[in-house]
Parts: sequence; structure tokens; C-alpha cells
Amino acid sequence: MESIGVLMICPMNSYLEQELDKRFKLFRYWNIPQTQQFLKENSNSIRAVVGNSMAGADAQLIESLPKLEIVSSFSVGLDKIDLNKCKEKGIRVTNTPDVLTEDVADLAIGLMLAVLRRLCECDRYVRKGLWKTGDFKLTTKFTGKSVGIIGLGRIGTAIAKRAEAFDCPISYYSRSEKADTNYKYYPSVIDLASNCQILVVACSLTPETRHIINREVIDALGPKGVLINIGRGPHVDEAELLSALVEGRLGGAGLDVFENEPEAPEELFGLDNVVLLPHVGSGTIETRTAMADLVLGNLEAHFLNKPLLTPVV
Amino acid sequence: MAQIHTNQTLSVNLPQVLVLGPPSIFRIYEKHLSQKFMLLKPWESPIPLEEFLSIHAQNTTAVLTSSVVAYLSSALRLLPSVRLVVTSSVGPDHIDLKECRRRGISVAYASSVFSADVADLAVGLWVDVLRKISAANCFLKTGLWPVKGDYPLATKLGGKRVGIIGLGRIGQEVAKRLEAFGCKISYQSREKKPSVSYPFYTDVCELASNSDVLIICCALNDQTYHLINREVLQALGRQGVIINAARGAIIDEKALVQFLQEGKIAGAGLDVFEHEPNVPEELLELDNVVFSPHSAVFTEESCKDLYDLVVGNLEAFFSNKPLLSPVQFDDFMR
Repeated sequence: MESIGVLMICPMNSYLEQELDKRFKLFRYWNIPQTQQFLKENSNSIRAVVGNSMAGADAQLIESLPKLEIVSSFSVGLDKIDLNKCKEKGIRVTNTPDVLTEDVADLAIGLMLAVLRRLCECDRYVRKGLWKTGDFKLTTKFTGKSVGIIGLGRIGTAIAKRAEAFDCPISYYSRSEKADTNYKYYPSVIDLASNCQILVVACSLTPETRHIINREVIDALGPKGVLINIGRGPHVDEAELLSALVEGRLGGAGLDVFENEPEAPEELFGLDNVVLLPHVGSGTIETRTAMADLVLGNLEAHFLNKPLLTPVV
Repeated sequence: MAQIHTNQTLSVNLPQVLVLGPPSIFRIYEKHLSQKFMLLKPWESPIPLEEFLSIHAQNTTAVLTSSVVAYLSSALRLLPSVRLVVTSSVGPDHIDLKECRRRGISVAYASSVFSADVADLAVGLWVDVLRKISAANCFLKTGLWPVKGDYPLATKLGGKRVGIIGLGRIGQEVAKRLEAFGCKISYQSREKKPSVSYPFYTDVCELASNSDVLIICCALNDQTYHLINREVLQALGRQGVIINAARGAIIDEKALVQFLQEGKIAGAGLDVFEHEPNVPEELLELDNVVFSPHSAVFTEESCKDLYDLVVGNLEAFFSNKPLLSPVQFDDFMR
């Protein structure tokens, strides 16, 4: 398979990169100074694209790769891939579901604890020697708080299971009510936000869910409410979130994703009720290795005419 | 004149409680407590403590104390009429329980008021250490993400072997939470608990050898002082993490510092220390340590719950009813 051209869109994992280099003819898109020239010269040999949550395969790229057969994403989210275009052209698409579910759910709970119990601020308090001047202030109990989940898929369900162990009542919003669950369903995000103390975004990013967290939802969540986003930055109207937090109209936020990564709103840096993480939801050694193996496994399966491991299209 | 007389009458009718510390619930609930009890507050008096205690000794039957009153034993010696000590903490290690039992003094404590909060903090600290939450938050907020690129990979929680030391209320709450994260629970305790099915170890070293994280949830007493020593840390190993939201003195702090500095264990989440509020300076340079200023119990909700419990215990005492949360001496003394 060493002659099969694989285009890797951006640096994402050195193990994956090394393996792709070993097994295929790897082109590193981020190292190419003149992409249009490169595509003219090499497009006929590129049969696979490997992308991630930052960059994938939009219509323009797909059109410029006439021999493209498969897009294998190093992510479970598919928002950076033009799925319709792929379907139209018979291009296969794979992602990395299941292997990262637990890590993302763990992080969602970690963010809830970090925001409510001010874990990061407490750590800072001790490190700066402030404990010698007095006790830290009272924080907010996490156990028993009502948790509202937007999107009850694999990740949403895993978050619910963990939050239940903290005696948190669980409610959710989804495109349709799920028959196989006892959690309370709300038919709108605003209803959900009005009836929970911690709101978690755990759905996929589509044109319908862009800015699903808007001014109205933030107002419904209120000055004692906390927003946790482990989905995608564009799920949240970041400007509205910013002003709500700065003005105290929202109680707090734990964000792992942003509209314009790696840029995050500086106005939030000084707020002690806000925890900001650099998109580390699936960022453990174990999980990234498992994700890489899925990407490699899917590519190999495709080029050996075997069934794909985790196909989306 | 009439008004002052009324106030004096009211004060005289309120049951008298000597306060030492004062406990942290005073921050919010001092006024509320003053409306129910006549509070003797030695720190507001110009005279030395010993003299103050002597003056009030005959009438003092109830003492309300926090956990940082190191002189509690000597104070109680000057108070022959005390029948009740209410502590605002869960750990009664600052109270000479043997002496209280001998004198027939009842002790009421915070019981399960804090169990969830302490468990939440212990879990939070471990998630933070493994997933580098505080470190990554700091990385982002100091503007490093666009400069340095992706944050280094962290460690997965799922499937990790959790060793809980002390499977009382707090330990069981920790176990329940971490089971939902897909962790495997084992424990060491004075006795096996027949109601749980987690693997039981009598020896802490053996538990440590079979764990990826040790979470300390036991009380501090003569048997548990420096329970976590070099041998245990060695058994825990280079990939192991230790979480302590119990009492600082359960860990040999000097040994812990050395093991962390030398990379002989992977990290630590610490809410308590041997010499609070001082923490070992050497640890401040390490980013695989997460600190917390003995704040496991300090949430607004628990403060309110604790206030209700303290009042409930005092009112029960003064009306000769059973205490709400008495210390069962046998549970804490061996």
C-alpha cells in the first residue's frame, strides 16, 4: 500500500503520522506552501484524506481530489467534512466513535467539578501562598445538582451515567424522545435550560445545532446556572456567552471547545467561575492511540476491500 | 431601661454554649446561633483564656468547637461541668475521646453532612491530576495555546484500579462515583465490610501494589498516623497517584515530597497537609500535583446543613433528647 497517497490535513498525533508514513505515501498538507500547485501535481495519487476536529474535507478539497475514495477522520465529530459531497461522489467516510466516549464524558464531569468546586482557583490559591492569609471562600456543592444534557447519544448517555452516581437528577433534550431511558425529556432547549442547574452540550454540530446555546437559552439557565461545552465551539453563541459571564447573568462555564480554536476569549481568562481547556476531551494517551488505530484500521480495510470498521458514509 | 432589661432577660434564658475556634460556620451563622444560644466567645474577651474558662466553668455544660482547636484537651480540663462537646468536623481526631468517655462527656460531630462533598472533592482532585485540568486551564489562560499548540496528552481514568483506604461513608461515596467512571474498586479498612463486594485487603502495601490510585478516606488516629509511608509509596509505583482529602498526617509528607520530586510516583491531589496552611515548597514546582486549601467540606450547602446539625444537636442536648449525630466511641477508638 506504500504507493497509495494519503493526505493528512494537519498535525494531530505523531504515532498516527508515523504509521501513515510507514504504510502509505503520506502527504502532510500543513507543510505545503503552495497548496493549489501541490494539488495540481499530486491529486491523482491521493486516494485518502485524514482529518480531525480542526480540519477535514470540505467541498472544495473534495472536488480537487478526483481519485479520493475515503475520508478517515481522527475524531467522532463530522462537522468538518462535507458529507453530502462525499455521498454524492461515493466517497467513504469513517470516524472514531466509542473509543473516546468515556474520556469525553469523564472530562465533562471533571469540568462540572472544576467549575462548581473551583478546583483550578483553589490550586492557584495554594500555589500563590494565599492560603496563609485565610481560607478560600465557600464553593458550590456538585452532588444532587440537576444536570440537563443536550444530545443523548453515546457521550450524552455516558455523562448521564456518571452524573447519576453523584445523585444528580438527569434531564435531556434531543431531536426526539428516547424510548429506552427514564431520564426526563424536554421538547426544547429553553425548557431544558429553565429546569436544570448544569447544562451540558453533547450533541453533534450540524447546521441545525449551530448556536443552539443562544441568548435565550443562557438567560433561561440564569445567574446560578452553569454551562458545560464538550461539543463544538459553534454550538455556543460565544459573544452572548461572553457578555453573560462578564455581566454575571450566567453562574459559570466549563468550556473545552471554542468557535475559533486555538483562540479563546481573553475576557474570560480572569473569571474564577470559568474553566477553559484547550480541546482535550479525547486527549489521553490511551484514547488517541485507540483513535489512531481506528483510522489506520479503516484505511487498511478499505484498501484491502474489507468491511470498514466504523463507517459513517 | 425597659428594653435593656428585656434583652438581659432574653440572654439569661438562652442555653449557654462556650465556643472555641470559632468553627467556620460562624462566618455565616454567628447571628443565627446567638439568637438560639448565649454564646461565650473567649476571643472577644481581653482576659486570658484560662481565666475566662475559670470564670465560666461552673455554668458551662456545652462546648462548640472547630477542628483546629489544638488546646481543646487542656480547655476541657478547666471545665468540670461539661457534658457535651459539639465539633463542626467529621474527624474527631482533635478530641481526646478516651478522656471524654471517661468523664461521661458526649461528643457530637458532623457525621454524614459532608460525605458527598468530600467524596466529590476526592474524585475531582483525581480527575484533575489525571486529565491535567488545572494545569491545562492555566496553560490556556496564560495565552499559551496559540503559541505552543496542543496540550500534552493526559491519562485515561476508565479501567483504572482504585484503592480506597477506609471504606466508611466517605469511602463508599467515592467508590460509588468512580464505579460509574468504569474504575475497579478495592479497599483496605480495619474490617471487611460484608455489605460490599469490592475486593478487600488487610494490608495497605498490598492494596497499593494492586492500585493505580490510592484515595485516603479514613480517620486520623494512632493506627493511621503516617499510614502512607515509603513502603506504601514504593508499592504504589511510578504510575501511581495518591489523593488525600482526609488528614495530612496520614501521609509521611517528607516521603511523599521525595517520591514526587524523584518521579517515583506519578502525581498527587492534596486537600490536607501536615502543617496547614503551609505546604511543602518543593511541591509547588510540580505540575502533576493539584492543591486544595482544606476545602473539602466548604460548600454553601454543607455549611447550611452543618449549621442545622449543630443547632439540632445542641437543642437536643438542652432538652434532654438523644443527640442527632453522636460519636460512637467504639467506631473511632481501638
